[in-house]
Amino acid sequence: MKAMLKSVVMAAGLACSMAALPAFAQGDIPRTPDGKPDFNGIWQALGTAHLDLETHVARPGPVVEMGALAAFPGGMGVVEGGKIPYKPEALQQKLENQDNWLQRDPLVKCYLPGVPRATYIPYPFQIFQAPDTTLISYQFAGADRIVYMDKPDFESQVDSWMGHNIGRWEGDTLVITVTGQMPDTWFDQSGNWHSWKMSVEERYTLIGPNHIQYEATITDPDVFSEPWTISMPLYRRIEPNAMMLEFKCVEFVEELLYGQYRKPSVE
Amino acid sequence: MNSRLITLAVSMTVAATFTAQSFAADANYTVPRNEWGQPDLRGVWNFSSNTPLERPAKYADQAYLTAEDVAKIREEAIAEIARSDGNSSQGGVGGYNQFWIEGLPIEENTRTSLLIDPPNGRMPKRVPGAPIAFGGLGPDIEGVLPVRFTVGGIGKDHPEQRGLSERCLLGFNSVPPFMPSMYNNNVQLFQNKDHVVIFNEMIHEARIVPIDGRSHLPEDIVQWTGDSRGYWEGDTLVVETTNFTDKTQSFRGTGVSADMHLIERFTRVSADQVNYTFTVNDPMAFEAPFTVEVPMHKMEEELYEYACHEGNYGMVNILRGQRIEDGTYIDASGNQ
Repeated sequence: MKAMLKSVVMAAGLACSMAALPAFAQGDIPRTPDGKPDFNGIWQALGTAHLDLETHVARPGPVVEMGALAAFPGGMGVVEGGKIPYKPEALQQKLENQDNWLQRDPLVKCYLPGVPRATYIPYPFQIFQAPDTTLISYQFAGADRIVYMDKPDFESQVDSWMGHNIGRWEGDTLVITVTGQMPDTWFDQSGNWHSWKMSVEERYTLIGPNHIQYEATITDPDVFSEPWTISMPLYRRIEPNAMMLEFKCVEFVEELLYGQYRKPSVE
Repeated sequence: MNSRLITLAVSMTVAATFTAQSFAADANYTVPRNEWGQPDLRGVWNFSSNTPLERPAKYADQAYLTAEDVAKIREEAIAEIARSDGNSSQGGVGGYNQFWIEGLPIEENTRTSLLIDPPNGRMPKRVPGAPIAFGGLGPDIEGVLPVRFTVGGIGKDHPEQRGLSERCLLGFNSVPPFMPSMYNNNVQLFQNKDHVVIFNEMIHEARIVPIDGRSHLPEDIVQWTGDSRGYWEGDTLVVETTNFTDKTQSFRGTGVSADMHLIERFTRVSADQVNYTFTVNDPMAFEAPFTVEVPMHKMEEELYEYACHEGNYGMVNILRGQRIEDGTYIDASGNQ
């Protein structure tokens, strides 16, 4: 089985396409009582997509005191085709964002990460699956998404940070269409950005009991010349005591956000 | 919890937009099962209430309102609405007018108090020396750090002097246990085989409750919303929460949450009602445990995202306003 998986992985890699995926999905995957693939559990991405979705070389971090720990290691990209298809002026914005990363990255301020970034930041998330309404809860900032599986025509009422999430099944793949996201979220720590027009189609496919193949296709006619797709595996946190503990990061950014308004200390 | 807010909500909510769809509890009601065979508690539930936490003295031993009492309360509330002429509950141009205030028609819960134990419907006595601080929408109150109440503050020198809900750390009605307040009294319950999630709309507070029998976190691992474990007792979900930080209160302006042991019970009594009952046991703050029961009614609407911190212009404006008033404001260019 292992050898077979390996060869399929290689084939998929060579074809550079997710077309080989159904071959995985026929394997032994957990299912809920209603026969759907069972995504319940705690999941996390590995890799450096949270630093830069595109293939990147190592670069220094922004905080002298943190030395090697804040530096970015090099890493392989997760964008199919290699590059994000920015429109020329939008690429300028990305480069400017990148130059001012620490000042502009909404995650530095403990803001809700948005989709797809919430998936691959280096923090776990937990899926609570139900036939009608599934919850995805993220450790970072206690972000949450309520995914409506039974309301295909339910439209976004008002923009939000974690988007309006409408789910459906395509065979054994959980597909979530995300619209109505605030324009304020980013994709990574390299200034990759989007507008309020973005829609995201996420695809979650179990490729074994402990692995999800995750894909997200991003469409945003104001920023990108065409839709583009990222793809990566997600790993189940299999430790028997795995739990998402609280990370209310607000208390850790109060000095950053409000420190300038502190009453000056009396000399 | 802000007692003034609750009082206002109680007196003003006859015309509330929320329409309850409750039915009297039916002894023959069979709780539906979810796909895992558990009692199905899933859905969005509204815990608005017009019933006071404590029984007003005039009701003495009377645990339930009579039809006459209900009629009288309605009359008084209608008169109050006419008197205030749609103005803010704080008088004049204030923060909240009736549009904001959620309630439950009083005939939907005819108890004279949300407290069901002690049987007299009154809070047990505070233990002498237990910290007490209510906060509130009015002027800042005298107090010391840490500020454990949710609304208001003890000063404007720095963010830590503000209440926990103003800092977007805890909602003013979503801290465990959750209690009816002016608005956003919505909770959505999720279940899978081995977990329940108690998701309060206020500050998007999703409390994840393992029901797989695992033990609590070590005692020294504490969290704002504690560490919850659940189990089924018949058709009732029981959630026990410990391991709270010492940075918030036990209950209603009193005590330190670190000393609190909380037991919550969720029982579905009809298609449209889940009874939420909780018992607070904090011998450092209250001389006896006490139990509160809040009926929750099914909502067909969906929750909205409550992104508190992302839009917390209030905190900037409170602090900056005070610095300008003090003459110590320094703008981004370093100009005073």
